Amino acid sequence: MTAAAHPLPRTAGRTAPGRPATADGTPDFSVRSLWKVFGHRPDRIPGDRSLDGLTGPEVLARTGCLPAVRDMSFDVARGEVFVVMGLSGSGKSTLVRCLTRLVEPTAGRVLLEGQDLTALPPARLRDVRRNRISMVFQHFGLLPHRTVLNNVGYGLQVRGVGRAERNRRAAEVVDLVGLSGYEQRFPDQLSGGMQQRVGLARALAGDPDVLVFDEPFSALDPLIRRDMQAEVIRLHRDMGKTMLFITHDLSEALRLGDRILIMRHGELVQIGTGDELVGAPADDYVADFVADVPRADVLTLRWIARPDDPPDAAGAATLPADTVVRAAIPVVSGSAGPVRVVDGTGTDQRTLGWVGRDDVLALVAGAGRPPHRRRADAGDAATATESAAIEPAAATGAPA
Amino acid sequence: MTAPAQAAQVGELPATTAAVARDRTRRRRLPAAGTTLLALLALWLLARLLLGGRWTLPLAAADLTPLQLRLNDLNDWVSGHRNTSPLFLYFFNEIRLAVDTVGTAFTQVLSRTDVGLGIPEIGWLGTTVLVTALAYAVGNVRVAVLTLAVFCCFVLQGLWADAMDTFALVLASVLFALAIGLPLGIWSGTSRRVHRILTPVLDFMQILPSFAYLAPLVLIFLIGPASAIIATVVFAAPPVIRLTAHGLQQVPAVTREAADSLGVTGWQRLRTVLLPMARRTVVIGINQTFMAALSMVTIASLIGAPGLGLTVAQALQSLDVGTAFNAGVAIVLMAIAFDRVATAAGERTETALRSGRSRRRARRIAVAAALLVAVLAVYLSRTYLWAAEPPTGWPDLGRLLTDVGDTVSGWLQAHLSTVTGGLKDAVTYGVLNPLEALLTGSPFWVTGIVVTVVAWLAGRWRTALTAVLCLAAIVWLGVWQDAMATLAATLLATVAVVVLGVVVGVWMGRSRMADRIIRPVLDAAQTMPAFVYLVPFLALFDASRFTAIVAAVVYAAPAAIKIVADGIAQVPAATVEAATAFGSTRWQVVTRVQLPMSARSLALATNQGLIYALSMVVIGGMVGAGALGYDVVAGLSQDQLFGKGLAAGLTLVALGIVLDRITQAAAGRSGRRPGAARPRARSTAPALPAAGG
Repeated sequence: MTAAAHPLPRTAGRTAPGRPATADGTPDFSVRSLWKVFGHRPDRIPGDRSLDGLTGPEVLARTGCLPAVRDMSFDVARGEVFVVMGLSGSGKSTLVRCLTRLVEPTAGRVLLEGQDLTALPPARLRDVRRNRISMVFQHFGLLPHRTVLNNVGYGLQVRGVGRAERNRRAAEVVDLVGLSGYEQRFPDQLSGGMQQRVGLARALAGDPDVLVFDEPFSALDPLIRRDMQAEVIRLHRDMGKTMLFITHDLSEALRLGDRILIMRHGELVQIGTGDELVGAPADDYVADFVADVPRADVLTLRWIARPDDPPDAAGAATLPADTVVRAAIPVVSGSAGPVRVVDGTGTDQRTLGWVGRDDVLALVAGAGRPPHRRRADAGDAATATESAAIEPAAATGAPA
Repeated sequence: MTAPAQAAQVGELPATTAAVARDRTRRRRLPAAGTTLLALLALWLLARLLLGGRWTLPLAAADLTPLQLRLNDLNDWVSGHRNTSPLFLYFFNEIRLAVDTVGTAFTQVLSRTDVGLGIPEIGWLGTTVLVTALAYAVGNVRVAVLTLAVFCCFVLQGLWADAMDTFALVLASVLFALAIGLPLGIWSGTSRRVHRILTPVLDFMQILPSFAYLAPLVLIFLIGPASAIIATVVFAAPPVIRLTAHGLQQVPAVTREAADSLGVTGWQRLRTVLLPMARRTVVIGINQTFMAALSMVTIASLIGAPGLGLTVAQALQSLDVGTAFNAGVAIVLMAIAFDRVATAAGERTETALRSGRSRRRARRIAVAAALLVAVLAVYLSRTYLWAAEPPTGWPDLGRLLTDVGDTVSGWLQAHLSTVTGGLKDAVTYGVLNPLEALLTGSPFWVTGIVVTVVAWLAGRWRTALTAVLCLAAIVWLGVWQDAMATLAATLLATVAVVVLGVVVGVWMGRSRMADRIIRPVLDAAQTMPAFVYLVPFLALFDASRFTAIVAAVVYAAPAAIKIVADGIAQVPAATVEAATAFGSTRWQVVTRVQLPMSARSLALATNQGLIYALSMVVIGGMVGAGALGYDVVAGLSQDQLFGKGLAAGLTLVALGIVLDRITQAAAGRSGRRPGAARPRARSTAPALPAAGG
């Protein structure tokens, strides 16, 4: 895989790692102790402490019930792109269907701006589905007997919007997703990528607060998939909607997600930003998952900065801690000595540590190896690849 | 060793290993059942020799068992209390009245009124033009022309009045069938619970031979159009229920989910998602309901339905081949017209959506114009006598067809009797008589044990229990010997059907060309009403059991052939390719790979063959096949035999259940997972779209 194909995570607007993601302080979406159990009398499973520690298949063998989602809790901030990732069968699709109760959860709560969706009567729930949360599906779910325009306008029709208004708004959205000229085609006359654009347009047409994507691009060719990912990034930049994105594709998760939740057997394994998952995987499962990720593309300087002062610090170049390692290579390699890594801006700025040429080289070379759990602001003493970068630091200007 | 030889040896190795493994499993299963069956047959023959003639439960044609006499009493009681018992007064009679009212309304509009000259509300011209315009509105120009030709043909054949009687009854029956069937189908398609309840009921209704309905309906609703319509509705509603439900269920879950995620109400989901996506399948269901209704309306002539069926029935009973042929042609024409129009309507559901706006408007204008002409024609036929009554000056095609029928029949019997008679005698004396002698001549309990053991082999205790209960019912109903005679004819016909099914089915499954040529013929054959099948074979073989068997074979073969062909075609191409790559001959590919892998289809084909053959063999009772079919017909026409006819009808039900359960169990067993969902090829489907609508 080339470096270009492996996307750089977006740093702009990224929430600081480790902190709960609250772009403006209020979580848009909260999931609290959510359970979905399939089988006979499923409601006895969530409260059963004796099943703690068993995997899903083990619970199935013991009780005849399969917990597809187990005790899941997380918050999604307004405007955030939150990715749920897991292999097939990990329960991520069930989880996402529980949010708007396409699948009725067994226990737990789903809060949309504080309102508990699990307690809503059917009519109110329909209102939420019509106006607040829209979904995009892996296999599109388009209506084959309707034109593109009528598919996009379907959600509006369901709400009772009149034909003229419906068509006007549908045409706008069709234009937005780049399907102008195809309004009167039928879904089976479009390619997979275009069909998914229709699916996307249908979700956008109702101007919802939250967009939920259920593996929307898994059925598409790799090239089309990249186009569509770019499209989603563009839409997010333009519209700033909260997005919940399900995928089994790590590179997609890293490319799109502000934060990523990793699921296994219905359970939450880890939540974190891309560099947190790569730099500090919670367990071997996550470590395996991220083993093939080129670290230099994901980790920031924060992860490799060493706190000990270099022999000659004066006049060293300065880089922000959130700079991706690969982006820092030109500066680091161009400077005579270690580069200063700083956190914060203006008066809050403080030095996190120092990064030398060899630190960068070691990271790039050791891409396949298990991560050395070292993080400057974690206070972890550096033990790995210590080398003598004795060349005097040449004072260069502030980094770009 | 040369390279090719080496390759051959390397190639053979896995093949032989696979063959050994396969043989081993087969030895564990099939030959075990096979030897048991052979031993069973030997014991049966032995019992027949030793105990022959004892415990055979004979019953002379005019004799009735005490039970059957009690059924007669029941009939008398019903006759006496029809106007006093509250059950009849407030329930059955009300139904009869309502059905009668609708039936009469249709008859008065299309066929005849009770006043004056008896001219119908819409006379000849009005009906013909209206029907043609409607055919155009739901279909296209081609089927409109076809419809016009068919309705003119009725006039040419001199069968206008009969045809309109039949047409009116079919329309009334279909109206009821759809009024009941569409909502039930929608309910069944949207509620899993309803589907679970309804499916076995529909399965049961469809294993009932059409003759089994007649006597009980007459008991409750009397002989007359009401009974005929109700019988037709019972027979014709299942296809539309099944296919409507199927059409709704096959809407992909993701599409429903997508609609749900947009916040649709249940009604919105049904109206904007489920029904539009199921439309094509529903139309196919309506088509099949029309076909089934036409088939049953002709049979219902035995319980008082006027029209073409009655003409055929009377001609069959007096062996008047010419008249039967003429009326039979009219029935076939009507069937073709229904089928073509409904098929075109099904295709319209697709094309209408896709056509541009200007074309849609042009068509709307054309349809409006056609309907306007129809209104004018209706006005004319209500105003002028010449437009109300079918024109008389037209050439007499009916006379011609009757003569052709008579001539051909006479010629065949004069010149071809050595061939046809030889074939008939060979089969009758060589196979049918011995088989019948074995079944009717064995003690009833020996035959009962044999059938039960077969049932146990097929489906273990459940099926065996069903068999015991049904056999006990047959003994109790008192028509054991007739049941065994019917069974013998049915089994013989089924063997022929299965052989035909395998030979033609394998051919079709392997050759796309053969499939393309044969399938339309089979589709056409399946739209023919059952009654019509008897006519040509009556001409060929005269009135006999053999005639009924041949008709049954021809009637049942299309379904069986199609099931086998689909089964063979569904064997993955990769498997066939692999077998060929290992050097199998074509014969080996068929016998070792394709047939074993479609074992389930073979079992299903046998199942369908049995059910269809039973139904037809019974109808053959009208043309000399005797046995249960004759009992039913006689019971309907002679009051003192009513009890026996009713008993024969119930026996048919028991017989149908036994045969169905055994073959279904065998089909389940030959599937990989016996408990798995069973795709039942139960619909009388002429052409279910393979890819789904």
